[in-house]
Amino acid sequence: MSKLDSKTPEGPIKDKWTKHKNDINLVNPANKRHIDIIVVGTGLAGGAAAASLAEMGYKVKAFAYQDSPRRAHSIAAQGGINAAKNYQNDGDSTYRLFYDTVKGGDYRAREANVYRLAEVSTNIIDQCVAQGVPFAREYGGLLDNRSFGGVLVSRTFYAKGQTGQQLLLGAYSAMNRQIGKGKITMYNRHEMMDIVKVDGKARGIIARNMITGEIEKHSAHAVVIASGGYGNVFFLSTNAMGSNASAAWKIHKKGAYFANPCYTQIHPTCVPRAGDFQSKLTLMSESLRNDGRIWVPKNMDDVMAIREGRKKPTDLGEDERDYYLERRYPAFGNLVPRDVASRAAKERCDAGYGVNATGEAVYLDFKSAINRYGNEKAHVLGLHNPGDAKILELGEGVIEEKYGNLFQMYEKIIDENPYKTPMMIYPAVHYTMGGIWCDYNLMTTIPGCYAAGEANFSDHGANRLGASALMQGLADGYFVLPYTIGDYLADDIRTGPIPTDSPEFNAAAKEVTDQLEKLINIKGTKSVDHFHKRLGEVMWNKVGMSRNAKGLIEAMDEIKQIREEFWKDVCVPGGMNELNPELEKATRVADFLELGELFAKDALAREESCGGHFREESVELDGEQKGEAKRNDKDFAYVAAWEYKGDPREAVMHKEELEFNDIELKQRSYK
Amino acid sequence: MNLTLKVWRQKNKEDKGGLVTYPVTGISEHASFLEMLDVLNEQLITQGIEPVAFDHDCREGICGMCSLYINGEAHGPDRKVTTCQLHMRMFKDGETVHIEPFRSKAFPVLKDLVVDRGSFDRIQQAGGFISVNTSGNTQDANALPIPKPMADKAMDAATCIGCGACVATCKNSSAMLFVAAKVSQYSYLPQGQVERKERVLNMVDQMDQEGFGNCTNTGACEVECPKGISLEFIARMNKEYLNASTSSEK
Ligand SMILES: Cc1cc2nc3c(=O)[nH]c(=O)nc-3n(C[C@H](O)[C@H](O)[C@H](O)COP(=O)(O)OP(=O)(O)OC[C@H]3O[C@@H](n4cnc5c(N)ncnc54)[C@H](O)[C@@H]3O)c2cc1C
Ligand code: SF4
Ligand code: FES
Repeated sequence: MSKLDSKTPEGPIKDKWTKHKNDINLVNPANKRHIDIIVVGTGLAGGAAAASLAEMGYKVKAFAYQDSPRRAHSIAAQGGINAAKNYQNDGDSTYRLFYDTVKGGDYRAREANVYRLAEVSTNIIDQCVAQGVPFAREYGGLLDNRSFGGVLVSRTFYAKGQTGQQLLLGAYSAMNRQIGKGKITMYNRHEMMDIVKVDGKARGIIARNMITGEIEKHSAHAVVIASGGYGNVFFLSTNAMGSNASAAWKIHKKGAYFANPCYTQIHPTCVPRAGDFQSKLTLMSESLRNDGRIWVPKNMDDVMAIREGRKKPTDLGEDERDYYLERRYPAFGNLVPRDVASRAAKERCDAGYGVNATGEAVYLDFKSAINRYGNEKAHVLGLHNPGDAKILELGEGVIEEKYGNLFQMYEKIIDENPYKTPMMIYPAVHYTMGGIWCDYNLMTTIPGCYAAGEANFSDHGANRLGASALMQGLADGYFVLPYTIGDYLADDIRTGPIPTDSPEFNAAAKEVTDQLEKLINIKGTKSVDHFHKRLGEVMWNKVGMSRNAKGLIEAMDEIKQIREEFWKDVCVPGGMNELNPELEKATRVADFLELGELFAKDALAREESCGGHFREESVELDGEQKGEAKRNDKDFAYVAAWEYKGDPREAVMHKEELEFNDIELKQRSYK
Repeated sequence: MNLTLKVWRQKNKEDKGGLVTYPVTGISEHASFLEMLDVLNEQLITQGIEPVAFDHDCREGICGMCSLYINGEAHGPDRKVTTCQLHMRMFKDGETVHIEPFRSKAFPVLKDLVVDRGSFDRIQQAGGFISVNTSGNTQDANALPIPKPMADKAMDAATCIGCGACVATCKNSSAMLFVAAKVSQYSYLPQGQVERKERVLNMVDQMDQEGFGNCTNTGACEVECPKGISLEFIARMNKEYLNASTSSEK
């Protein structure tokens, strides 16, 4: 085990970034024109980076597997984006956002990175408004805020329930301006298949043109990986169907360390699974927990009656309901952080209280909020004796204004009216805090290869707070990478164009072609989805919301077994030189089948509970916190960065010890 | 439920293509339309037949990647939803369902149900942006108050997902609703006013070059638009265009 150098600048935390920006090398404008940068991914992180780098004068090549940069999965983010603007004058500050993020991450993030994130957060809002992003506003014309997930201030900016869409369209418009000018060359429907290293440095990628199947060689002086998260290793998640780990995994196999793969966020409020045909899960924004109360029936008889359709949830009186979050966590109630809320739902469902046919659903009930808002509104309107029906109508109106699109989405999926009957929700895999290890400059352990956005591991520790991923993606892309990448590229001004006819490029291209040929030629009996679903089942059952050593060891073996079967028996119809969605899936699932094993290995090695990672062996045994997660700072306050050694289970761990100079480590308590 | 599907199959851009009939059985009414196609594809794979290619990604109605012309309607029979949000309970057991790609000269078919909507991107590249560089010194976001009604209108226009249903459903293959949505978004906002005229002229010019047809105000686009983008934006863009073309110095 070796120690990793995070290259965090010296000095007081609040001066580090400013000082670093002043100290790092710059590339002069005339030289930038001769430098190529490849950006893989056009979500918030990649899109923002591509646009900003092109504005600065670099020649950018951007890649996305969708047919347009605008369709990256950032588009699906609903709730909002945090920034320490303190527009509401509720005591917010850079320090408070920093503190909340480190605490929310259960003290497993790198302090200096988080501070920088909080620091640039305000610039993001200014930048996006300048681009014409239509954030929600108050009647006075100023920006509106909401409060979000487990914090005590209102710092979340939003655009209805479509914040990610609007932010991404902002970054997309900035990219379009540069594409129009010829500064960005956009490669849509192109999948990165591998990275190419020359003399140890990242010098390009191999990409597959997904329409013609052609294997293309693209060179550059630096490569940025902004390919999103790997939640789809669970098969079912809130990620897009095409979200994948391949770009990240491919660079891992070529020398980039993979950090904390086991840190996954399981989001408490998602639409439950309906059946075997299920292809993905849909998030119901966390903002709903501001107004919804979560419960299951107190009595097993009622559970059975509901499952069998003899009773409706609305038939149950207040004293027949168990508002288990309010019961267990009186201080935070329904607003406990995501990991806590998810585990509590699982606990009730495991105990048999789940309210749908699969036994995996709890209620999210808006009845109290509708009443409360209805009364308030009636008061505002000066109605003295409004009557129940009027209050209901007014209250539903307020709820519709706040969450209309989510309620409509729910009704389309479940075919029940959530204004009249409580929503059913269940936790689902949503976000991966783990990812490519990178230093303070966002450079991976491959020189010249950077990682940004959800693809890297940097800022969220073991658990991410709501509305912080959008912030991180845009911070990385707009305000961090454009500076830090120059420091590295300053040495490359005399390098000149990187040729693609070198042995390194040819070897990498051949390796890719060989792998594709191999997949097509297996001609087995089972579809790619068959293997992906099996992997997902192992991951969910043994490497999911709660983990123990026995299960994790079994999971590693089972995943290996599935992987071996996959390479013997998968059936990939169609050819290589055409549009072939099954082939695309096959390459991604092949990588998930390796990543899953490392994921379990990492979870096994981390013999503590922290954030989204819950080890059954590590819980508080008595006192007020009995049964809650137990963190172990003495032995585990480090980042586990894994080096690939030819087989996921042989990976070697390198530790980055985490130092906390500006925050005192405390146990999280939401009681 | 059991259905008979008539699916458009086309090997590649050059191939002529045609409808092929496939039965599917045991479909849950709770499944989405694309999950029904997953079942079909799983079935085809086990029979050694190449599965049907179709575009999709988020499967929650926001990325704009899914398309499909289902029984003669863009995004199928339900209203204000994309194909990925369409559920099988909208169909009857035993029904025959026709599935074709979005059709327009400006959206060439690449394979089966997959089309090329790159023309939409090129229209945006012609002017769908405000010319502002990334910088840490942009003015404070609240230095520019925007009346809520204006901000809300801009947001309504900005919700377009770029799916192309408006084009596919229009007998003229006009992209007016799509272009009008972007032009209108910026026209409501104080930012980017300097480029206002140039923007609409350039975007409309690019739209014409891409081979989209003219708008004859049939209103079909608004009906099929999954995001409820209003025709009123087309009227607004026409005004913007007229204004710009009579007074622009370009
Ligand atoms: C449903 C949902 C709701 C969310 N809501 C919120 C919220 O309210 N607030 C918040 O802060 N966060 C939210 N998040 C999290 C947040 O949206 C994501 O973490 C963030 O948008 C990720 O951005 P990204 O740029 O890193 O990656 P993405 O947006 O996922 O982009 C990945 C890009 O990489 C490309 N790509 C991937 N692999 C390859 C490859 N091999 N070759 C070429 N290109 C490739 C893709 O084409 C795409 O362009 C939400 C997430 C989900 C799923
Ligand atoms: S205007 Fe409506 S139909 Fe047309 S692209 Fe936008 S969302 Fe789709
Ligand atoms: S798949 Fe994204 S909108 Fe349908």
